[in-house]
Amino acid sequence: MLAAIRPDNQSFALLLHLVGATVVFGALLASATSLVLARGDTRLLRLGYFSLLLVGLPGLILLRLAGQWLYQLQNWDDLPSQFSEPAWLNIGFIVADWGGILFLIALALGGLGVYRLREGKEGATVLLRVTMVISLVLIVAYVVAVWAMTGKPS
Amino acid sequence: MTFEDWIFSFHLLFAATLVGSLVMSWIVVVSMRTADTPDATLNLHRVGMVATGATVVGLAGVIVLGIWLAILRVDFHPWDGWVIGAIVLWCIATVALLRSFREYAKPVEKARALATSGQTAASAELTALNRTSTGLMLRVLGSAAIVVIVVDMIWKPGA
Repeated sequence: MLAAIRPDNQSFALLLHLVGATVVFGALLASATSLVLARGDTRLLRLGYFSLLLVGLPGLILLRLAGQWLYQLQNWDDLPSQFSEPAWLNIGFIVADWGGILFLIALALGGLGVYRLREGKEGATVLLRVTMVISLVLIVAYVVAVWAMTGKPS
Repeated sequence: MTFEDWIFSFHLLFAATLVGSLVMSWIVVVSMRTADTPDATLNLHRVGMVATGATVVGLAGVIVLGIWLAILRVDFHPWDGWVIGAIVLWCIATVALLRSFREYAKPVEKARALATSGQTAASAELTALNRTSTGLMLRVLGSAAIVVIVVDMIWKPGA
């Protein structure tokens, strides 16, 4: 049914959007799990941070760019002003954009934490714990976004 | 949302869990290549266990709900070429990934044995097991099959 209602020229953009989404979701899972299980282990603390930086960030960029491409291919920007965009699309934008800002905050705090860890300064664990909490929040947000964008409740 | 929409939504949530956990397990596999001590191996294994659990849940969820959807939807049938192709690829992915998990359990057993005997230093044998080429190739095969399933699901050739 989806194939029947989605023109073929959107399939590649959708594939890139899904690849980006699953890469960032996987990186968040790896990051949160490593940071939860680290118990002060430097290797796992660093793994938690670098999963976000080296895997999650490229995934997030791909998700957002391919999502915008799909948005244009589906002509959502030509929607007459008297119609509002569907809720599932708004949820997707909120998770991608506000979630993206949260992601960048997690990266900044985690980066500071890893720097302090390397320099042997205090506070590294607390900063990385905040990164972990943000990662957990983002995992829940991505689950909601997947549900909204696939079930299209409105 | 109809009952069918909910099944479809959960099918895709399981798919996201599966692919996400594969990304996670790749992060662990790459990290394991530099792990040379029992402690580092066992710590990474704890993270890998979460990825393995999520992969198994994802594999089970996508096939059960996927076949259910193919039966429920009037536009699709379980005997459609692209559905059969996906089921065959799922079988290949499942066998490859389960065998890969078994390969990556070997360094963990070794690390446990070394830790029990009080050896905490780097071990060449442990490093070699962490860099298992069999496990890596099986992981590549399983992941490639999952990627082809995603492509098949999007384009639905012949639908």
